[in-house]
Amino acid sequence: MCKSKSLLAALTAAILVAGMIAVPSRVSAQETPAAETTTAPAATAPAEPTLDQRVADLEAYVNNAARTPDVKSKVNVPGPGHNAWQMASTALVLFMTLPGLALFYGGLVRVKNVLSILAMCMGIAGLVTILWWLCGYSLTFAAGSPFIGDLSNAMFRGMSPGGVGAGYYWISDYIWAMFQLTFAIITPALIFGASAERMKFSAVLLFVGIWMFLVYFPLAHMVWSTTGFMCGPLNPNAGIKAIDFAGGTVVHMSSGWTALVLCLILGPRGGFGKEPMPPHSMVLCMVGTGMLYVGWFGFNAGSALGADAIASNAFTATMLAAATGGFVWAVMEWITKGHPSVLGFCSGIVAGLVVITPACGFVTPTGAMIIGVAAGVVPFLAVTYLKKAIGYDDALDTFGVHGVGGTLGALMTGLLADESANPVVGTLKEGLFLNQCKAAVLTIILSVVATAIIAFIVKIVIGLRPTPESELRGLDLSDHGEEGYILS
Amino acid sequence: MKKIEAIIKPFKLEEVKDALADLGIEGMTVSEVKGFGRQKGHTEIYRGSEYTVDFLPKIKIEVVLADSLLESAVGAIVKAAKTGKIGDGKVFVSPVEEAIRIRTDETGEKAV
Repeated sequence: MCKSKSLLAALTAAILVAGMIAVPSRVSAQETPAAETTTAPAATAPAEPTLDQRVADLEAYVNNAARTPDVKSKVNVPGPGHNAWQMASTALVLFMTLPGLALFYGGLVRVKNVLSILAMCMGIAGLVTILWWLCGYSLTFAAGSPFIGDLSNAMFRGMSPGGVGAGYYWISDYIWAMFQLTFAIITPALIFGASAERMKFSAVLLFVGIWMFLVYFPLAHMVWSTTGFMCGPLNPNAGIKAIDFAGGTVVHMSSGWTALVLCLILGPRGGFGKEPMPPHSMVLCMVGTGMLYVGWFGFNAGSALGADAIASNAFTATMLAAATGGFVWAVMEWITKGHPSVLGFCSGIVAGLVVITPACGFVTPTGAMIIGVAAGVVPFLAVTYLKKAIGYDDALDTFGVHGVGGTLGALMTGLLADESANPVVGTLKEGLFLNQCKAAVLTIILSVVATAIIAFIVKIVIGLRPTPESELRGLDLSDHGEEGYILS
Repeated sequence: MKKIEAIIKPFKLEEVKDALADLGIEGMTVSEVKGFGRQKGHTEIYRGSEYTVDFLPKIKIEVVLADSLLESAVGAIVKAAKTGKIGDGKVFVSPVEEAIRIRTDETGEKAV
């Protein structure tokens, strides 16, 4: 126990020190533009806007479009409506983790492990926030290379709350960073549904710490940065012109396939297959599902980066796919097992949300309905039959819902993306399905290979599993010294 | 003095309590227990994983009474708790050596 604690402390210190050393070398890059204007003021200062140009800039705000170029805009600030929605979306996405996912997963485990899920969500939220501020945001969204950003924005250097453009024209750069942070938080948290009830808390945090650098930052950079290798909409030089509106590849495929590899390396829970391990509270699970559902409007519609028509489309697609997914899953259960269960509704709703995630800003309502039906069928089959056939202990079905669902979503986006829903689709539609396949394959390879490496590193350094006795007592007592319910 | 332990279906508790009250027996201890005899459990399915739940919820009633009331009490319990379907439960009788009322220090049949 002492060995893993001191190792964790050493690793944290090392990351902080490395960050402090690396950052100053980038400061000089920030100072160069200022030097230029003092030596040649007249040539580079932008012109004062005419009345027409000022009106055009206000129209640009309402239309969520670019301001007049080469003009010193009087509204070079976050647009109140768009930024307000962005802030609300950010809060909604955090709500998905705390406490949405915490309760969804928490209700599905046994009583003795409920707190381990809650602690995992909060621990990851803290760790990822620190890493994000330190260098994560910069590695994800600064220009760098097509595969990873640079450190020019480490510790939020060179950014200001009133700055705009890092995300989109009318949202605050800070809020952009915070919005993306909430995605960076929930993605690793999803993974541990597969390893639930049998992975040490210290191993979880160490795994996440490394995984962010090897998988999340590079993948999010590739898919969403303007210089990203797979960013079809924003990078004209993208190697793979794929589209992913809110994170089918970045969030769901990465966490889902990571989950599969991790649970295979970790092995099953003690007593798996012999002892019954039903959810201890379907009530908590459903409450968590409702929170995920509501929060997801921030996840999907917030990814439009403005309170505009695209956001409205994403919002609508999200609602339609989620509700349909839930209903279809329940019907599938009714047909195959004889009862529609609450867990079926919960799983189907989450599956619908997962599958629509990459598509929501690109498909019509009809497309969303088709996706909803597919989401209620394909992940259902994966969870009900594939898991049993292969025999892996994916405790909370992270691979079945997020891995399979995310992959399905990425591919269906390729088939159903429609120009009428989003003009961006126009130039990208040609060969889109193949590009989506390529993006999916790259995501899977990255996630699988990196997870295998990281899992073995963690296994060697501090071990992945608790002792059999600790696992039997429950992680709540073993890792946290607490009980979830003290009822008498 | 004798002790009756009766394992019955939970929804029958009120009927049994009333039947015993009609005989003048108004003290009892009741606990929530789980068990099974020849009545099988049920199957629950969570996302494709099937669990057979063997143990069924039951109520255990414990009554200590004078020998003279034993036969009528057992008869009343059996009649009130019976549904005729499997899982109705069982009644056990055992002898009691001593009984003391804590408040008054009374012993023997005066204490039950």
